[in-house]
Amino acid sequence: MEELLEILGELHPDVDFENETQLVDDGILDSLDIVSLIGEIKRVFDVTVTAGDIIPDNFNTVQAMMALIERLEEEA
Amino acid sequence: MKKKILKYGLTAVISIAILFLLQRLLMPKYVDGIVEGAFVAEYYEEEKDHDVIFVGDCEVYETFSPLVLWEEYGINAYIRGSAQQYIFQSYYMVEDTLRYETPDVVVFNIQSLQYDEAQSEAYNRMTLEGMKWSKTKVDAINASMKEGEQFLDYVFPILRYHTRWSELTETDVQYMFDKKKVSHNGYYMRVDVKPAENVPEGRPLGNYDFGENAWKYLDMMRELCAEKGVTLLLVKAPSLYPYWYPEYEAQVEAYAEEHGLRYINLLEDAEAIGLDYTTDTYDAGLHMNLSGAEKCARFLGHVLSVEYGLEDRRGEAALDEAWRGKKEAYEAEIAEQKVKYGIKDE
Amino acid sequence: MLFTSYLFLGFLALVLILYYVLPKKTQWPLLLCASYLFYFAAGAHFLLYLLSTTVTIWGAAVLIDKNHQAQKTYIKEHKEEMDREAQKTYRAAQKKIRFRYFLAALLINLLVLAVVKYANFFIDNFNGVLRAFGNAEGLSFVNIALPMGISFYTFQTIGYLVDVYRGNTAAEKSIFRFALFVSFFPQVVQGPINRFGEMAPSLYAQKRFDGRQVSFGLQRILWGYFKKLVIADRILVAVTAIFGDPANQGAYVFVGMIFYRLQLYADFSGGIDITIGIAEALGITLRENFNRPYFSKSLPEYWRRWHMSMNAWFRDYIFYPLSTSPALVSLTKKVRARFGPGAGKRVPLYISSFAAWAATGIWHGASWNFVVWGLTNWLILMLSEEFTPLYERFRRATHTEQSRAYDVFQIVRTFLLIGCVNLFDCHATLGATFRSFASMFTSANYHVLTDGSLLELGLTGLDYGILAVAWLIVLTVSLVQRKGSVREQIEPLPYAVKYVLFFGLFLIVLLMGAYGVGYDASQFIYNRF
Repeated sequence: MEELLEILGELHPDVDFENETQLVDDGILDSLDIVSLIGEIKRVFDVTVTAGDIIPDNFNTVQAMMALIERLEEEA
Repeated sequence: MKKKILKYGLTAVISIAILFLLQRLLMPKYVDGIVEGAFVAEYYEEEKDHDVIFVGDCEVYETFSPLVLWEEYGINAYIRGSAQQYIFQSYYMVEDTLRYETPDVVVFNIQSLQYDEAQSEAYNRMTLEGMKWSKTKVDAINASMKEGEQFLDYVFPILRYHTRWSELTETDVQYMFDKKKVSHNGYYMRVDVKPAENVPEGRPLGNYDFGENAWKYLDMMRELCAEKGVTLLLVKAPSLYPYWYPEYEAQVEAYAEEHGLRYINLLEDAEAIGLDYTTDTYDAGLHMNLSGAEKCARFLGHVLSVEYGLEDRRGEAALDEAWRGKKEAYEAEIAEQKVKYGIKDE
Repeated sequence: MLFTSYLFLGFLALVLILYYVLPKKTQWPLLLCASYLFYFAAGAHFLLYLLSTTVTIWGAAVLIDKNHQAQKTYIKEHKEEMDREAQKTYRAAQKKIRFRYFLAALLINLLVLAVVKYANFFIDNFNGVLRAFGNAEGLSFVNIALPMGISFYTFQTIGYLVDVYRGNTAAEKSIFRFALFVSFFPQVVQGPINRFGEMAPSLYAQKRFDGRQVSFGLQRILWGYFKKLVIADRILVAVTAIFGDPANQGAYVFVGMIFYRLQLYADFSGGIDITIGIAEALGITLRENFNRPYFSKSLPEYWRRWHMSMNAWFRDYIFYPLSTSPALVSLTKKVRARFGPGAGKRVPLYISSFAAWAATGIWHGASWNFVVWGLTNWLILMLSEEFTPLYERFRRATHTEQSRAYDVFQIVRTFLLIGCVNLFDCHATLGATFRSFASMFTSANYHVLTDGSLLELGLTGLDYGILAVAWLIVLTVSLVQRKGSVREQIEPLPYAVKYVLFFGLFLIVLLMGAYGVGYDASQFIYNRF
């Protein structure tokens, strides 16, 4: 969680990620951000988010992102 | 269930009927303009009791008038010629004829020996399409197809003529089912005259030898005739053009000699025939007109009846009757063409 | 065996009948036999290429999958003894092994593709370099015939290999079943490029005869033949005439550009309709490849609606992995630190899409023309991305957000833009392309549009009439399609009406198709890739 927030903070230092619930739907994270984010997740967590997982529901909240990462870690 | 079968059955019947009618409509009728395409089919409507059958290209169907053979020698002859008929097609024309009748003599014009394979899809069509379906026709098609041609296009000619809808004329509707006769026992009549002048010499060829395939089919024709007890007579029509090379002549003479066949080159007999190239051709020496064709028939009829001893069948009621009708059509066309070409009787 | 040959139609009819008559167990084996027969007909020695791809990719995938399963079992069994760190190390070590299998299979197949498709391109460029250094000799070109559909099946199987490597798809254990996936005859020649995970369930399932499904499939096949035979092969004559003669400049280029786009769409989407229709009749679901692309209002939209399976492939297997690769991630970080977040987040997009479009270009053909074609697309796409906010502001300011006229303007503009970009495809060299492009603006010969010169391109007035009506039919169908499947909308109509519609379409193809003697049987354009 810490690590993820750190990554997000680098992308948008001005956003309070922990309390946002519509990151994608509100347009805070755009497609370019998602691409950077996935690259960082890959580097830090060693999991690959594939195209099929790129849906707003997986990126709207920090919790959803964590759930996705944990699931992918399980599957690896 | 029953209803379903009826529904789909009806659909199939209607669809096939429409396709059949379309095919009939789109196929060329060959009743005006290029009539040569209609010759082959006309044979099947005849009473098949012929003494002599001619096969070959335009040099047979424009050179001999069967009416003269009948009127002067009592020989019942039919010409199964077609435009640019290749030798393999002539062979199958003989084979096809033998399915119906066995004539005494088959006359083959050897001009087509120079073509080892088909030269034009259009000519293939004109020869093959009129044939009735049989194994002979299948073989003839397979022997004739050029690269890019498809057998299926012969089975369903609509595939070949599918674009003709833009060229349809009244005659396509008029002759969808019934065709009018365009030949006289396979003879293509022309009454107009165009004298032969300045016939060009043949330009030298690199190779005068007839091809292997051509010889093969001549062998086959000879063997088939021998097997069926038919006399094979080779002729060369007296056309000045395309040029008939001495090298060609030598090969044919050698072949005839080797196999004991009679070969008559009418070019050499022009004087005996009484040919006058200023009045006896309609296209400056390529083809005979009516006058030329009657002279040639007279000449060949003499050979057939005297040398081959063909019986004079005048007096057979059925034949007399049939030829009476044919003569009427023949004379009617002479009159018609004279009007068309503006020729006055002397 | 071209789709447009009688032989193929007979072959197809036979396969369809056997497929539903023989026991269901034999359905996919029958398709495998049919596919190999189809491929064999193209040239026996081509089978070697197909087999080598099948065996190497199948083998690597099975090994990768086995290793993956073994790893999971091992971790499960040793969960107690291993802490998270130890698990991670173990996983990394296993992944390395899997990566080797993956890389080996990938390289073998790319190498084969490189040799058969690009050898002469390399030699040509190498010789160019030699010449620049004064060496006139150079290497001689090699003479290798391009195996049928090699670009398509190679990419499809590489996609599968990546999916298995990523753990998204389980490896196919049976080499025979896998061989069918590689060689499936309707799609082996020109795609669409399918994913194993999507295609496998319907490919191997046992199917009962479903009259509706089969008839839907046949309807789509007929529609494909209509586009191919009535439109594409007819207009081809004029396209060849225009671009075959370098003297045709100015207005001719403009006409040729439009004709080529129409031909390409009718040809390619028609072929795909036949492919998907055949699969449908066999109860197999394939990816769609086109979504009425000429209704696109921008180039990015167009590339989401044209040759969709190929674009998805480049997106998923080149753009996407590249943009999330460690090297780009660290570069992004550096740029972000130095130039701010706006520049930072553009880095992965620009670089990865550049690579993806260069690859798309070279995939289309072994020449610089195609590389420049790909990069021109890239450039326009990036500009489009950058200008999007500007466009939106403009439309808000001019109140044209709801304007139908503006939509039409966008559609026409996009169509012409794509046409210009595709001029690279119409000429052999870059010089000729730029020359003809420039001549559209400098040549004052637009009178040829009206003075009858267009009738000298091999098409008669009647041909133009047929083309116009045929396009009207395609347009109508496309408009109806916006409300959903056209065939579904026709279905509830009375039987007689349906009969008239489909038998009528059949007669149009039969009577107006450009096939048979007098028309050169032309291969589908995408065969050559």
